Amino acid sequence: MSDALKELIYKIADDQFILGHRNSEWTGFGPMLEEDIAFSSMAQDKIGHSFALYTMLRELGEQDPDTVAFTRNANQFHNCIFVELPNGEYDFSLVRHFLFDTAEALRFEMLLNSSYEPLALLAKKIRGELRYHTIHANTFLKKLGSGTEESISRLQKSLDYSLPYAMGMFEPSPYESELISEGIFGGEEKLREQWTKKLRK
Amino acid sequence: MNTITSDTVKEWLEEVKDPEIPVLSLIDLGVITQIEIERDVVKIEMTPTFVGCPAMDFMKAEVIESIEKRGRKAEVEINFRDSWSSDKISEKGKIALKKFGLAPPPDSAKVFADLEILENAKCPRCDGTDTELRNPFGPTLCRSIHYCNSCQEAFEQFKPV
Repeated sequence: MSDALKELIYKIADDQFILGHRNSEWTGFGPMLEEDIAFSSMAQDKIGHSFALYTMLRELGEQDPDTVAFTRNANQFHNCIFVELPNGEYDFSLVRHFLFDTAEALRFEMLLNSSYEPLALLAKKIRGELRYHTIHANTFLKKLGSGTEESISRLQKSLDYSLPYAMGMFEPSPYESELISEGIFGGEEKLREQWTKKLRK
Repeated sequence: MNTITSDTVKEWLEEVKDPEIPVLSLIDLGVITQIEIERDVVKIEMTPTFVGCPAMDFMKAEVIESIEKRGRKAEVEINFRDSWSSDKISEKGKIALKKFGLAPPPDSAKVFADLEILENAKCPRCDGTDTELRNPFGPTLCRSIHYCNSCQEAFEQFKPV
């Protein structure tokens, strides 16, 4: 069970760690001050969440959080490609933030019932914080999605570009069946279904 | 050495303030989740307001200092067993926040049942509710930015979570 659990925690933590760093690249460059602050704050939240997960990994026998975060080689990271993509224009960053955080909120919702207690406890805490991320994403997507011809076409273009990458968020773990049968996590397939349903709303 | 109880330790910790909101003690903030005394060792459990709170190590060090200067040993553990919610802020703490110019957080369960409450925070200066949410993110992770149409000034709210 320990390998399966570690793989899952690494995956979640690395996604947050990398996207947190991408978000932080908006610090000082946001299209307006409020968005600069928003992306910087979300960066801080994401790095904080990854730190809590790396700390959990240390208790499972892995190295110190800073060592894990900053000294691994590229092929030792478990994140999806989607979170690595360069920020590009603001429209892409916004669409990625929307797609990722919608999935992330659902993922932690599922983890509330995890049989691994530390993960369930952390999920309860993180869930509350993620509400602000999804409120932010939904507000701006609605605003720009009903804005001008330019804002609508930019969002659409970024969405078309993002969707295939976004599927990478749900890549099943090599230990998927074990994670599900042990009650650690409900599984990527179930998460993707919930995510698709949410996006249709 | 005199015998001490967890209430004694609570009194000591009144002097340790949130470094970002210096009017609020850690006790009033609600981040001290357990105090146990074993002989001359004070065992404390703390939990962060936000998981990514950068002030956590600083607060932990101040808690240890406050106990050690009174001749006891301190063991502090940070965990999520009894995780923080803005509802953990004491009534005294909420009054202190308002005086400091920060709108205290409304009941978190109500907020997420009805997001309108987030949109219409109560202005800490004039108590008006004709306000707008400008940004769910602010100068620190635990604050959001609002604008009061009555006094025409921006203000911050301690976020309900």
